[in-house]
Amino acid sequence: MDPAVWDIGYLIASILFILGLKKLGHPRTAPTGNLYGALGMLLAVVVTIAQMDFGVIDNFVLIAGGLLIGGLIGYVMAIRVQMTGMPEMVALFNGFGGAASALVAASEVFRRIEENTFPTDLELYVAWIAIGLSALVGWMTLTGSLLAMMKLKGGIELFGTWYRTPTWGPGWLNYVKGIFLVVIVALIYMSIEEPGNQDYVIGIIILSCILGILFVLPIGGADMPVVVSLLNSLSGIAAAFTGFIISNNVLIIAGSMVGAAGLILTNIMCKAMNRQLIDVLFKSFGGSDKEQVTRTKVGSDPEEVAMICDGISKCVIVPGYGMAVSQCQHQVREFADLLEANGCEVKYGIHPVAGRMPGHMNVLLAEANVPYEKLIEMDDINSEMGECDVAIVVGANDTVNPAARSNEGPLAGMPIINVDKARVVVMVKRSLSVGYAGVDNDLFYEDNTMMLFGDGKKMMTELVSSMKDL
Amino acid sequence: MELLSLIGAITIFILAIFLGFELITKVPATLHTPLMSGANAISGITVVGALIFSNTAFNNGNPGSAAWLAFFALILATINVVGGFAVTNRMLNMIAGKRRGK
Repeated sequence: MDPAVWDIGYLIASILFILGLKKLGHPRTAPTGNLYGALGMLLAVVVTIAQMDFGVIDNFVLIAGGLLIGGLIGYVMAIRVQMTGMPEMVALFNGFGGAASALVAASEVFRRIEENTFPTDLELYVAWIAIGLSALVGWMTLTGSLLAMMKLKGGIELFGTWYRTPTWGPGWLNYVKGIFLVVIVALIYMSIEEPGNQDYVIGIIILSCILGILFVLPIGGADMPVVVSLLNSLSGIAAAFTGFIISNNVLIIAGSMVGAAGLILTNIMCKAMNRQLIDVLFKSFGGSDKEQVTRTKVGSDPEEVAMICDGISKCVIVPGYGMAVSQCQHQVREFADLLEANGCEVKYGIHPVAGRMPGHMNVLLAEANVPYEKLIEMDDINSEMGECDVAIVVGANDTVNPAARSNEGPLAGMPIINVDKARVVVMVKRSLSVGYAGVDNDLFYEDNTMMLFGDGKKMMTELVSSMKDL
Repeated sequence: MELLSLIGAITIFILAIFLGFELITKVPATLHTPLMSGANAISGITVVGALIFSNTAFNNGNPGSAAWLAFFALILATINVVGGFAVTNRMLNMIAGKRRGK
């Protein structure tokens, strides 16, 4: 059989990827979309293995073993991860994908060097440029994603000590990044001139790793979703370059398509936060210089809040990252059930960037069996905020900060949920400290705001028992 | 790669980029994370490259660093693919599963 026939298999895989990605964008078809993507991938792998010529039988065992080990690790990680850890997991997988592309590129170079056979002319240029770019993007994606993952967690534990992930980036760092990029391009050029010299390749790898860290280092935790999305786009591009190395169309199609779609998604996320992508990447924001809090506010206790909530007719719950951290979505649900039993209307106001990843809150609340139709998006809930008796903010800060309505400060212009329009605002929060954007929140100090200081789970549990005792 | 096939590959590359731009238009916020995760799993297609190189590199007699790099790439890419689709599926089940039950 003509080996080109196998390419039909790749073509079908590509079509499945395209349909899958398209369907993933609509709520009703998303699960089918994911299935299509997985089927496409399975088909591509099967076609690849089917046309392989196994010189020694051990090879097959080795490859099957590699697939099995990777598949097992990936599957176990995917089913064991907590819903709150989802954003970090996506970042980590993304880094692995980028690294895989970069490793394939490195493998090609080292194989050529070991065998001492190099392509010539056009073929050399194409292969070496693709290898260089794949290495640049791939290694950048790996280190960038790892740093983004740590930033999402807020820090890392090493030898029993907790280290906060730093955010640091003076203006001149952008020039340093520029210089790194120029040097890497120069190294790619030199590696073409002297393809047998592995020092250039190693240089590209090291510099690309550092560049990935420099790229993410100045960006604050609040912007991490955008960064992860952009890195996701980059890992697609890396796969496309790998496609050029092995002249394989399915890699080129899937890779560049994901790269472009990832860029669009990044833009959509930026718009939800009312931010420009350029500002996110090159202007330091959030987390860097946290303001000292000097004002004080007397905290309330759960009994007080329970009494306020007794007999109200409309309540809006606004969750944030704090709910994810303390895992209190079940208590929140229980509280909502109690209110509803008393004839109160309960809705959830979901800010597009609440939590550390868009859709974070929807996933958590869905886990606690909150009906989908009670989760109201920001614009719709804002129009109802005026008739709301009590707004309960669970572990959110920046997304309800009225400072965003002014034209100054890092939050300027970000759309917020107008909880301050509610008759009473209850904020469940550990302290008066600033949020990720590093901006003090005037809302805390308003007369109609009640602060419940403490861990979300503990506070919500106490609130629920106080409600029952009434 | 010959000139003709190179131009063919570049054509596909550019058309696929345009396709990607058109594919994603309005996405509700709920689906941002699953979409990102699903797209990420698709970019694990590099597993095909890792497979091919694992085979060729181990085929040439005594495997050197090239072979092990490709093998490591194979493991990482498979983690990306399997983990990516599984995680996306879990998220979508939670979001869509509840809706179906209403």
